[in-house]
Amino acid sequence: MDTNEKKPLQKVCIICAKGSLEDVYASLVMANGAVMEGIECKVFFTFFGLDAITKKQMKKLHTGTVGNPAMRMPGGLPFPTLLGAIPGVEAGVSAMMRSQMEALDIPKVDEFLEMITAGGGEIYACKLAMDMFKLTKADLHEEVLDVLTIGQFYELADGDRTQIIFT
Amino acid sequence: MTQITIAGQSVDLTDEGYLTDASQWNKEVAVELAKTEGFELGDDHFKVLDFLRDAHAKGETLTIRKVGKSGIVDIKGLYKLFPGGPLKFSSKFAGIPKPTSCV
Repeated sequence: MDTNEKKPLQKVCIICAKGSLEDVYASLVMANGAVMEGIECKVFFTFFGLDAITKKQMKKLHTGTVGNPAMRMPGGLPFPTLLGAIPGVEAGVSAMMRSQMEALDIPKVDEFLEMITAGGGEIYACKLAMDMFKLTKADLHEEVLDVLTIGQFYELADGDRTQIIFT
Repeated sequence: MTQITIAGQSVDLTDEGYLTDASQWNKEVAVELAKTEGFELGDDHFKVLDFLRDAHAKGETLTIRKVGKSGIVDIKGLYKLFPGGPLKFSSKFAGIPKPTSCV
């Protein structure tokens, strides 16, 4: 028997639990990349990750400017945490990140969700986190297919060539 | 790299089956390449291939978003035309290199 036979991924289940710009985009890029490669894809948004699919929040995701040692000034100098604490700095940095993404043809969050579902990907929200944040399905973007418990999400993750990715 | 003969023309392919020289492409080559992946190309497919070849000739980096905004086909339609690899398969049949973008 050939043990080196390639077994490509069939399905990825991505869990997005954080609401910062970079964490949400990590999930979205992976999800869209999966459907583009013909890999079945389910994305589950939970806790602060719900911001990415909440109509009110999804257009103004921020990247944290405090406590991020990899944060640099344009030009490469270190970015002091205290500077990041000044009101408006986080919004400015986030706007800059967004404009740089736009320049690379990376879509906005709502358009990205549409691209993923256009390719057959499915978007879900976490029931427990929805209850915690007092959100209803009506607060969520139209591309969200359903609100699930974690048990239901695991049911979607069946198959021996399936991976669960947590970001 | 391998060399095959399609419709009387010899064509150079990478190991993954992409043309190494976009100028060796013609419609018959596209049809034959598509057959190897189980696709039957129609007019709608060729509209996309023409767009990709034009954009590639201009040196643009291609994304499915760009194709979706081209006015030829939306992203959903692109997935319908090339299921399982909207940019991968269309690039292959258009005779341009394997896409390198992540979106």
